[in-house]
Amino acid sequence: MLVTFAQAVGDAMKEEMRRDDRILVFGEDIAEFGNIFGITRGMLEEFGPKRVRNTPISEMAFIGAAMGAAETGLRPCVELMYADFSLVAFAEIYHCIAKWRYMHGPEYKLPLVIRSAMGSSFGATGEHSNCLESLYMHSPGLLVASPSNAYDAKGLLKEAIRNDNPVMFFEHKQLYKTKGEVPEEEYTIPFGVADIKREGSDVTVIAIGLMVGRALEAAEALAKEGVSVEVLDPRTLVPFDKEAVRRSVSKTHRAMVVEESNKTSGVGAEIAAMMQEEMYDELDGPVVRVAALDVPLPYNIELEKYAIPDAEQIAAAIRKML
Amino acid sequence: MFVLCKHSKKLKDLPGNLKIKQNSLSIGIIVASDYQHQKVFDKTIIRKRVEIKMTLLSKEQLINFYRKMNRIRAFENEAIELAKMNLTRAAIHTYNGQEAIAVGVCAHLKEGDYITSTHRGHGHCIAKGADLERMFAELMGRKTGYCKGKGGSMHIADLSIGMLGANGIVGGGIPIATGAAFALKYKQTDNVVVCFFGDGASNQGSFHEALNLASVKKLPVIFLCENNNWAISMNIGKSVNIENISERAAAYGIKGLTVDGNDIAQVYREFGNCLEEVRQGTGPVLLEMKTYRLSGHYFGDNENYRSKEEVISRRQECPITRLENLLIQEYGVLPDELKAIASEEKAMVLEASNKAKLAPEPQAEDLWNDLFAQDFENITWQPFVKS
Ligand SMILES: Cc1ncc(C[n+]2csc(CCOP(=O)(O)OP(=O)(O)O)c2C)c(N)n1
Ligand SMILES: [Mg+2]
Repeated sequence: MLVTFAQAVGDAMKEEMRRDDRILVFGEDIAEFGNIFGITRGMLEEFGPKRVRNTPISEMAFIGAAMGAAETGLRPCVELMYADFSLVAFAEIYHCIAKWRYMHGPEYKLPLVIRSAMGSSFGATGEHSNCLESLYMHSPGLLVASPSNAYDAKGLLKEAIRNDNPVMFFEHKQLYKTKGEVPEEEYTIPFGVADIKREGSDVTVIAIGLMVGRALEAAEALAKEGVSVEVLDPRTLVPFDKEAVRRSVSKTHRAMVVEESNKTSGVGAEIAAMMQEEMYDELDGPVVRVAALDVPLPYNIELEKYAIPDAEQIAAAIRKML
Repeated sequence: MFVLCKHSKKLKDLPGNLKIKQNSLSIGIIVASDYQHQKVFDKTIIRKRVEIKMTLLSKEQLINFYRKMNRIRAFENEAIELAKMNLTRAAIHTYNGQEAIAVGVCAHLKEGDYITSTHRGHGHCIAKGADLERMFAELMGRKTGYCKGKGGSMHIADLSIGMLGANGIVGGGIPIATGAAFALKYKQTDNVVVCFFGDGASNQGSFHEALNLASVKKLPVIFLCENNNWAISMNIGKSVNIENISERAAAYGIKGLTVDGNDIAQVYREFGNCLEEVRQGTGPVLLEMKTYRLSGHYFGDNENYRSKEEVISRRQECPITRLENLLIQEYGVLPDELKAIASEEKAMVLEASNKAKLAPEPQAEDLWNDLFAQDFENITWQPFVKS
C-alpha cells in the first residue's frame, strides 16, 4: 500500500486508538481542522470529542497535563504543532517528563508521546524551522525518534504509543508528502534498531530524518564515480543503535554524520564523539560532520538552502574523505 | 449591560446607554459598549455611538483613519497577490477586518512610545509608520527588506519608529513589551508600550506572568488583546470560559476594559482614555478589542472550521465599511470621495510593491552578518564555515 508519510502517521494513531481506549490525542488545531498538515483529519469523526481534543494555545499546560494523565493511567499521544513551540513547555519535558521515573522508581510509568512537526520548510524562518533532537537527547529519560520515511514513521509511532516511556517523536515537515510502501498488516518497529538504507563499502553515512534522502541522492551520484556509500538511518536517536554503526564502520572504516540542525552541539557532535571513544580502532580518519551553518535559519529561500546540507554538499564532503 | 468601575471620575464620561453596577472588588472590568459576543450590532446602538463620536472626532481625523485603514487593506491584498505569484515564503497572516484597532491605537502614540506585535503584524507596522517598500521587500526576502531577507512577514521590526518586533511565537511579545515598559519607567519618561496580541495568546503562560509582573512593578504598558474570535481553528467560545478576556485583569489587580474593535471612533476614544492614565503612571491596563478575522488564518487556510455564512455575516461589521457608512451618513462625505481615497492608497501600495520587486536578493555572505555585536574574525573559533 503506497501512502504518504502524513497518512502513515495518522494511520498509526488511528490503529492504536482502535486497539486501546486509554489512548487519546490532544493539541492545537487537531480536531475539526485536522492538523495543519491534515494528519489528524477524520479522527474527531471516528473517535469523538472525548478522545480527540483541541487545546488552547497553552503548551506548558497541555504538555504538563499529558504527563499527569499518563501518570494516572491514560496513554496520551499529544501533538505539539511545531517542535519550535516545545520550548514553551521545555521545563515540563526536560525535567518532569524525562526525570521523574528515574527518581520515583519503576512503578512510575509515563506512557506518553509528544509528536511534533519539525525542520526547514521553504522559508519558515528561525522560529518555525528548528530540528531539536539534540536538545531532547541531552535529557536522560526521554526516547527520541526521527523517522525518515512513511514505513518507519508508522512502525515507530505505533511502538512509541505502546511503549511505557515518554517519547519525543519528530516528523519532518518536508517528508509529510513523500510516499512510501507500507504493508496492510500490522507491524511495529522497535526503538534502537538502525536501518541500512543503502549498502556500501567505502564510507558510512549516518543520516537523520530529511537528510537520509539527501544522503541517498549523494550515494547515487557517487556510485557513478565508483564510490560505494553505505547510508545508515538510526531511526531513533535515543536509544541509539551503536552496534549497527560498529558493524558498518568495521567494513567501511570511514564515517560521516549528516543532520539538518546547526553543527555546534548537534546530534553529529554526539555521534562523532561516541565513535572516537568507542570505535576508534575501526576508523581510518576523523568522523566528519555535515550540518547546517551555525546561524538561525533565514527566510530567503536561497540563503536557507545554502545554510542546510544538500546532496551535492554531502557528496563533496565524502569525496574529500577518500 | 453593566459597568464595573474603580475610578469614580470615569463614570461621568460613560455613554448614556450604560448602567453602572457597584463593584464589590476594588478592581473592575469596564465594558465600554453594548457589544454582544458574536452578534451583529443593531441599528439603534450604532446610532447612539454615532452621537458620542461626533463630539469627539472631526471629519478630517476620520478621513485620515479611513486612509490608513485602506492602506493596510491594500497592503494585505497585495501581499496575497505576491504569495500567489510565489514571491513570498512561509505563511502570510493578513490583518483583514482588524484595521480599526491598529489605526485607532497608533494614532495616539507619540515619539518614544513603543509597540510590540505578533505573527499578524503588518497592520501594526503600517499604522505605526513603517516603510511599505521595506515591508514588501522583506516579504519577498530581499536584501533591502526590514530583516535583510532573513525574517519575512512574521518578523518585521523597526526601532526607528518604536516598533520593537513582530513574533513567531504566540505570546512571545508580551514579556518583551513588559521589559520595554520597565526601561521607559526606569528612564523616567512618560512614554508607554502598547503590546498587541491575540485572544489565543492570552492563554499562554507568558501573558499571565507578564501581566502580573507589569502590575506589581506598575509599568506603563497597555496590553492590547485583539480578540478576533479565532486562533487558527480554535473558537474563542472553546478556548476561554469567560465572556471577556479583559475580566482577567481583575486577577492581576489592574484595569480591564472591553471595547468594540471594529468601531474606529470607539477604539480611538477608549484607547485614548487608557493611554492618558497609563502615561500618568497608574500602571498597566488590559484593553480587549473585539473584532473578527475576515480572512483565513493564513493564506491558503481551508477554513473548514467555520461556516461561510458566519464570515459573510461578520463581513457586515467590517471596520472599513462601518467607517464608510459613518462618513457618508453622518458627515456628509460623498461615496466618490472615499473611493478616490481608497484608490490613492492602493496606488501607493502597488508602487511600493513594484519597487520592492526590483530589489536585490541577499547573498550567501550575508548569512553570517549580524549574529553577534562584536566581530569575532580575529579569534580561531569560526562557526560559519561551509565545507
Ligand atoms: C508558542 C506557539 N504555539 C503555537 C503557534 C502556532 N500558531 C501561530 S498563530 C496561532 C493562533 C494565534 O491565535 P491568536 O493569538 O488569537 O492570534 P490571531 O491568529 O487570531 O491573530 C497559532 C496556534 C505558535 N506560532 N507559537
Ligand atoms: Mg485570534
